[in-house]
Amino acid sequence: MAIRHLEEYRDPEISRRIVDKIKNFSGKKVRLMEVCGTHTMAIFRSGIRSVLPETISLLSGPGCPVCVTDQNEIDSFIILARKKDVIVTTFGDLLRVPGTESTLQKERAHGGDIRVVYSTFDALEIAGKNPDKKIVFLGIGFETTAPTIAASILSAKEMGLNNYFVFSAHKLVPPALHALLKSEDIRIDGFILPGHVSVIIGIRAYIPLVEHYNVPCVIAGFEPTDILQAVFLLIKQIEARKSKLENGYQRVVTFKGNEKAQKIMHDVFEIIDVPWRGIGIIPKSGLMIREDFSSFDAKKVFDLSVPNAPEPRGCACGQILTGIKTPPECPLFKDICTPSDPVGPCMVSSEGTCAAYYRYHGDS
Amino acid sequence: MKTDSILLDHGSGGRLSHNLISDIMLPIFDNPILSQLHDGAIIDIEGMRLAFSTDTFTVDPIFFPGGHIGDLAINGTVNDIAMCGAMPIYISIGLIIEEGFSILDLEKILKGMHVAAEKARVTVVTGDTKVVPRGTADKIFINTSGIGLISGNVDISSHKALPGDKIILSGTVADHGISVLLQREGINFDSSVMSDTAPLNHMVEAMLATTKKDIHVLRDPTRGGVGTSLNEIAEKSNVGMIISEEKIPIKDEVASVCELLGFDPLYVANEGKLLAFVGSDPADEILATLKENEYGKDAVIIGEVIADNPGKVIMKTRIGGTRIIDMLSGEQLPRIC
Repeated sequence: MAIRHLEEYRDPEISRRIVDKIKNFSGKKVRLMEVCGTHTMAIFRSGIRSVLPETISLLSGPGCPVCVTDQNEIDSFIILARKKDVIVTTFGDLLRVPGTESTLQKERAHGGDIRVVYSTFDALEIAGKNPDKKIVFLGIGFETTAPTIAASILSAKEMGLNNYFVFSAHKLVPPALHALLKSEDIRIDGFILPGHVSVIIGIRAYIPLVEHYNVPCVIAGFEPTDILQAVFLLIKQIEARKSKLENGYQRVVTFKGNEKAQKIMHDVFEIIDVPWRGIGIIPKSGLMIREDFSSFDAKKVFDLSVPNAPEPRGCACGQILTGIKTPPECPLFKDICTPSDPVGPCMVSSEGTCAAYYRYHGDS
Repeated sequence: MKTDSILLDHGSGGRLSHNLISDIMLPIFDNPILSQLHDGAIIDIEGMRLAFSTDTFTVDPIFFPGGHIGDLAINGTVNDIAMCGAMPIYISIGLIIEEGFSILDLEKILKGMHVAAEKARVTVVTGDTKVVPRGTADKIFINTSGIGLISGNVDISSHKALPGDKIILSGTVADHGISVLLQREGINFDSSVMSDTAPLNHMVEAMLATTKKDIHVLRDPTRGGVGTSLNEIAEKSNVGMIISEEKIPIKDEVASVCELLGFDPLYVANEGKLLAFVGSDPADEILATLKENEYGKDAVIIGEVIADNPGKVIMKTRIGGTRIIDMLSGEQLPRIC
């Protein structure tokens, strides 16, 4: 029987058995954090919280690339969109994120040339077809996306394109996990680690984290049985007072990861300290385009200085991203901040915790 | 952040579209027929009941696997009329054509509309054509309007769902939206996904021949998908709903594309499917009637109406959990990573 990698991982019987195994444990209260925005959405869509015992809290972490993009950077995107000779190319999710006074979607309605693309190679094609325009790709995302953006810069260099630029707002996941564990406000008993980031960086990238903080970690895929299995393995470790790094996504995650992708990232980007929205500066957590490729760096080529923007008052995005609060505990949630009228990015991003709560959780 | 301009989200059929209608349009045209906000207006002229509906089509690309803009235009209005429980009879066509549009393509579209009209057994009786300068319209926009007759005893509207009603979906979800998306974005998947554009009036006629009084609500889940339609009906009828995820039919290939792109198939457009809210006693018989129709072969009961949690649509997930199916605020956008 052919494995189709879809149905098997959604099997209700298998799911039920894993949940039964989870329920056999002591029922001690545990707080597990799932870091990745796609996990946040997958957990809600499959209704996992509603089948787990109440003693297990699943917190959503800062793995939503749109949510952690600094407000100043959003304002820079708006400046780019207002330049007459610039075509802004972006992943769709950024369209609705509110900057201090506008969104890319509004700029598009006012005549800004902003195009949603599915990959950087669409952006390169646009650059090739519009030699009199400057094409800027808004590079957000973690280690899953950064290699393809790096590859696009290498391609642009090879093609001799002089009108393709990247605004790098890329960030790295492991430093964020270190920052979370260092903080005294946050209590996390175990991590569900992001599946696709792990495909790139490999299991080994998390070894320092587990060794330093003695925290149980399981890498998980995105289907319901993947996530439930990860929860089971974490609870098992916690009950046995162990803290290991386990790979629950063996079908695609390896020890070393994708070394070719890692090399491309390293060749094009260098690692710097960057601010994460709502969290502050996390050391060595961001990617900046190297000097060798500075002619493709939108931050160097364009004047994008923006006044330092305070984050909207009352918006609890930062505390939500670090698992300190849940969306219903934010004073703006549902009342002032809704998907059609978002205050913070956690509500507007398709992987944002607030958006997930709003869409899938209702009032219950 | 309020907006002073129309955004694409206002046209997506989700929450922003609804707000536009309720906050701006209804107050201006305030009248009891319009405020029903059903797929078509149900009007009474000296004892004769008519359904009257209009729809405008701006789909890009205009040709896609399974059909073209002309098919959508005829079937779309035929279906809106049928969702009122009416038999569609006459259609009008309004064309806005961009200067430079190929006459061969125009002929292809019009011939296709004629074939679609014949299949639906409606007649195109009037029309209008405008040509606008290059660049001021995207190739061709088509408006169709239609009228249909409602026979006595038929009383179908979105306000009429009752606790205990069974919810029937006539076939697989998301075929049309995914087929168009793959074409539009030039996404090079090796795919055989086709639009499901189809006339639903014969299916509705067959259902009404089985029973008139037990068919409470009919809706074709176009823009915004099944998820949006269920929410609209839950709100209008002030009832709750429980849907079973396992029961929702979806083609494997469509499911795979949705997974890859991060789209929820419940919110993707359909153009040849209907939702029917029917009394529980004749539900199985009505289902069997649907399955006899060429467009209803995959029909299935996907859930039921309940009195609890009025206005909310709850889904029992495959793994036995629950989640809310909320209304989308705007367009769905593909995942980043």
